[in-house]
Formats: sequence, C-alpha cells, structure tokens
Amino acid sequence: MNIVVLVKQVPDTWSERKLSDADHTLDRASADAVLDEINERAVEEALLAKEAQGGEVTVVCMGPERANEAIRKALSMGADSAVHVSDEALHGSDAVQTARTLAAAIGTLESVDLVIAGNESTDGRAGAVPAMVAELLGWPQLTYARKLDTDGQSVSIERESDAGVATVEANLPALVSVTEKINEPRYPSFKGIMAAKKKPVSTLSVADVGLSADEVGLGSAPTQVVSSAPAPPKEAGVKVTDEGEGGVQIVEFLSGQKLV
Amino acid sequence: MVDHRLSEEHEALRQSVEAFARKEVAPVIGEYYERAEFPYPLVRGMANMGLFGLPVAEEQGGMGGDYFALCLALEELARVDSSVAITLEAGVSLGVMPISRFGNEQQKRQWLPRLASGEVLGAFGLTEPGGGSDAGATRTTAVLDGDEWVVNGSKSFITNSGTDITALVTVTAVTGEKPDGGKEISTILVPAGTPGFTVAPKYSKVGWNASDTHELSFDNCRVPAENLLGERGRGYAQFLSILTEGRVAIAALGVGLAQGCVDECLRYAGEREAFGHRIGGYQAIQFKLADMELRTHTARLAYYDAASRMLRGESYRKQAAAAKLASSNAAMDNARDATQIFGGYGFMNETPVGRFYRDAKILEIGEGTSEVQRMLIARELGLPSA
Ligand SMILES: Cc1cc2nc3c(=O)[nH]c(=O)nc-3n(C[C@H](O)[C@H](O)[C@H](O)COP(=O)(O)OP(=O)(O)OC[C@H]3O[C@@H](n4cnc5c(N)ncnc54)[C@H](O)[C@@H]3O)c2cc1C
Repeated sequence: MNIVVLVKQVPDTWSERKLSDADHTLDRASADAVLDEINERAVEEALLAKEAQGGEVTVVCMGPERANEAIRKALSMGADSAVHVSDEALHGSDAVQTARTLAAAIGTLESVDLVIAGNESTDGRAGAVPAMVAELLGWPQLTYARKLDTDGQSVSIERESDAGVATVEANLPALVSVTEKINEPRYPSFKGIMAAKKKPVSTLSVADVGLSADEVGLGSAPTQVVSSAPAPPKEAGVKVTDEGEGGVQIVEFLSGQKLV
Repeated sequence: MVDHRLSEEHEALRQSVEAFARKEVAPVIGEYYERAEFPYPLVRGMANMGLFGLPVAEEQGGMGGDYFALCLALEELARVDSSVAITLEAGVSLGVMPISRFGNEQQKRQWLPRLASGEVLGAFGLTEPGGGSDAGATRTTAVLDGDEWVVNGSKSFITNSGTDITALVTVTAVTGEKPDGGKEISTILVPAGTPGFTVAPKYSKVGWNASDTHELSFDNCRVPAENLLGERGRGYAQFLSILTEGRVAIAALGVGLAQGCVDECLRYAGEREAFGHRIGGYQAIQFKLADMELRTHTARLAYYDAASRMLRGESYRKQAAAAKLASSNAAMDNARDATQIFGGYGFMNETPVGRFYRDAKILEIGEGTSEVQRMLIARELGLPSA
C-alpha cells in the first residue's frame, strides 16, 4: 500500500509567531521552524498502516528550502522518501493554490492508495487544504479522523465533529485528515536519524509538477489578506463566586460556550 | 581547528530528546518524584527512542551512535529531570558498556540486544558499605567451586538494581591474590533472581527520588563460571575505564541540570515582579543569571572536549575528571542560585528548581567524589603519590 503524507513546516508553537508587515505572510525568520505536530501524527498513522499492511510512505511537502528540516524529521520517524515542492514562485500562496500544488505533486507519484494529512495546520488553521486536495484528485475525503482502519482496499475512520462521532468508510484511493486524538507520534531514534540521511528526497519546482508560475503565489492568490494585527492579549477569565448557586452559574457559562 | 558545532545527526538527536523531555517527562515527573516511584512508562519511552543503545554497534542490537550522542541525550533529559537522566546514564554507562566493552561473543549475544533496546536494565555494583572511593579495597569475594562462582559480600547504593525490569548486576569481587600479594579483582555477571542474591528495599534519598537505588547482598550466591566478564584479575582496570567514560556522561548530566536552572530562572525572572519591577531587571538577579550561564557554558565546553578526545581515541582521563568537577560545581552553584531567584517557590517540591536543588548534591559524590576528581587531576599533573 502506498501512502502519501502531507507535511508542513510551521513556526514552533512554543516560540513567538509573527506575520511580516510588508505582505502579511508568515515571518519565517522570527520563529523556530518545526514539523507541524499534527503532521507528526499523520506520519505516525501512515507508519502504523505501513507496519500492518506493508508498502511505502512518501511525504509530500510544499515550502521553502528550509522545510527540508521538517522533511528530515518525517523521514527519521520512518517515512521512506519525500517530495519537496520548493519554488520562489510559491511565496504567499493561499489555501486553494497550496491544494493545487499538493494535488499536482501527488499526481507525479505512481499508484498512491491513501493520502493522510493533518486536519489543520497550527499556523494557518484554514483547515481546508485536505478537503481541497481530495476534491482536486477526485477522491473521497474522510476528514477529522480520530481513528483510522484500512485493509488495503478500503479505509474507515471515526469522524469526530461538534455534532458527534460518525463512522465513515470509502474505497481506496482516498484522503484522510486526522485530529490530535488519532495517536501519539513516535520520537525519532538515532538509527532513524542516521537512516534519514540516505533516504531519497526529490525537489520539484512548480514547473516540474506541471503548473505555471503565474498560477501560484501571492500575486494570483484568489484570497488576499488585507490587514493583520497581533492577537489581543488574553483577557482575565470570568470569576464565579459561589453564593449557593455557583454550580448553576458554571453550567450556564459552559452551555453559553456550547461546551455542555 | 577547534569546532564545537554539533553534526546534523547529533543536533537532530538532541532535538528529539529535548522534545521528549519537554512533552513526556516534564508534565509527569513531579508526581513520580513525590511518590519516589520508578517511572516505568518514561523508561519505556526512552527505550523506544533507542537511547539505551546509543553508543552500541548495530550488530550488537544498538543504535550505532557514539558516546557523545549519549551525553547529548543525558544533557537534554537532565535539563528537565535528573532521576530519568541517571536511570539512562547508569543503564548505559554501567549496565550496557561493561558487557559491550569486555564481554565475550556469547555474553554479548545473551545480554546486549535486550539491554541496548532498553527492554531490561543492567546495574553495576562496585561500591560497598565499607567504601566507594577506594574501590580497590573491595571485600566481596567470589570463589570458583567446580564450574560455578560462589559470591559473598554486599554492595551499596546500586542504581537500577531493583526495578521490575532489572536483568542483571555486574559486580566486582576479589577472586584471589596477585603474585605481589595484592587483591585479584574480577568482574562477574549476576542475573537478577539468582538464589542467594538479595535486593534490599529502596533507600530513602535526598534527591534522585524517582531513580532506583538499593543495597545488595550475596550469600553463597552461585553463578556459572562463564559469567566471568573479560579476563580474571582484570576487574580493577575494567572498572577504571568504565568510570572514566562514565565521568563524561555524568558531566553531561550535570550540565543539563545547570542549564535547566538557567531555563527556569530566565522565564521566572521575566515574569515575577517585586517592588514594581520584574525581578529580571535587577542587577543582583542579572549577575546571578550571568554567572549561571557562564558556569553552564564552561562546563559544557569541558565535557565536549573530554568526549571529543575519547572519540578520537586520545587520553582523556584528566579532561574527564575536570569536566565532571566543573559540571558538578556548576550544577550545585546554579541550583543554589536558582532556588534563591525563585524565593519561597524555590523551596517547594512542586517547582522544578526545588527538585534541581535536591538532585544537584549527588553529582559531587556519585561516580567519584569531587575529592577523587581532584586526586585524578593531580595525578595526571604528575604530582608524587603520598
Ligand atoms: C544515589 C547514588 C547512586 C549510586 N549508584 C552507584 C552505582 O550504581 N554503582 C556503584 O558502584 N556505586 C554507586 N554509588 C556509590 C558512589 O559511587 C559512592 O558513594 C562514591 O563513590 C563515594 O563512596 P563512599 O560513599 O563510600 O564515600 P567514601 O569513599 O567513604 O568517602 C567519604 C569522604 O571521604 C573522601 N575521601 C575518600 N578518600 C579520600 C582521599 N584519599 N583523600 C581525600 N578525601 C577522600 C571522599 O571524597 C568523601 O568526601 C551511588 C551513590 C549514590 C548516593
């Protein structure tokens, strides 16, 4: 079974994250860059499926040259090879253009059975790319998976949303996006780290995946960021003083937030 | 040229262990420490990352890394917690390495794959109730009776010797007299559960509370003759080389603790306010932090240097002793300053620095006291013996 995992390099959630003043794109110099945690889970899920079913795991990443560090991390966890779409022209691409590029990159690979992605990245958080990629590939999309099972012919997931949990199934090829609950990713071992150095990474340009430079990037993006501002500092929480009906107040607060 | 930059793979390993310590160890270790409980799930996690086999060749079931890789892992773990770090340190430098260095093919095949994978732990019993620094004064004896060694005696403060996954203890014992009348010391593998081998209940310790330490006794404990590790009579030379290596590992661990103090204090001094200002703005605090950083930095350079000499196959006895001394000093001094910066919270077990304070002292004692390190340095300087 051939599995593709979509991975993204993001600023470390532990460091301070900023947008650049010039074009409201991510200021990549200001923060440590890491493999997105949700992608570590996606890689883990692919490795589990591979360990059960056999096959190969290929990571596909769109990002600047520096993103090869995130790719190495995925390879050191145990993925077999990588495709890195890296091109100046991609700077500032929005979710639609990203999905097009990723779908095109997947198209360069032979016989892909399953694509696994994180449900949303910790930086952009549009949460739309996996569904768009599936749409562009013309494959079924099974999003927000907290559990994934596959026998190599079909895939079934537990899909968790605000409305509840549903079991969703599709024949392969298909795309699955996973949530934080899917698994606990492994940490790369030293052996994995050493092996990763020898694994093949093919670097492709926009032209290599069959797109033209004017289809991608900030200039031709269908959506545009007009302005941006830092998130307001956290406000003090609501304090409930219990004068006999504290419990009621708490339940009212929670139901107001749609938490119960 | 002098160059202390980490290679790509050492840096990747460092990051991997840093993430493990931050995400897996930090949230739970306080509870284990409070209950003085051995953190089996964390040991399993370290085993899954291959940390117990870092300096062991792949053919022997290891990761094919080197001793410096182990040091980096220890530093990152000790930045967060020393009990976990010493469990790895003793597991590898005292559990795995004697067999990896001195074992015959059969012993390596029998023990290394499980030890290096971290499935089981090995311990090393050198110190005795009668003395640790003068390890040549060993009183434990082993007498060959037919095709068995009969071991009698006791060992104190033995790390990793009584966990549910402890598989063996490597002990030093007197096996006869040398031609010059001195003690003939040999090293013998005693599997856990061998009749006559008793593990006392764990000690109540000042620090390293989530690590496993016991007194061991051997009462006509019989093991097969082939459990002799390496050559008969080479025990003294063997443990000297194991301890020299181990010193570099302990130095890395101390640097981790010292760095952990800096990490915690940088954050706290930037948040805590007193007299209307953040305390990090006061020069008294700034100078403390500058000194803490300096000690950490110099101790780190000292262990990097000792490790690089070790890996190049050069003599590194003096550098190893110096690194261990510098690092345990840095750890003690930083732990004292860190608790001071934290004020009352620094005296609470719930803060990491409270733990660092309790864990620092042992670094001046274990694997050679600070006096012993000075004796070693003096000897390397060629001073006459008393
Ligand atoms: C938590 C913990 C874990 C340990 N784990 C292990 C383990 O896994 N395996 C193991 O074998 N041991 C272990 N040890 C033992 C440790 O290595 C010894 O405690 C240490 O080597 C010191 O020996 P000692 O306690 O007998 O002190 P002693 O040797 O009795 O020393 C007492 C004091 O005298 C000083 N001194 C001794 N000789 C001289 C001299 N010639 N000149 C000047 N000063 C001198 C010492 O520096 C020290 O200050 C552990 C100890 C602890 C506390």
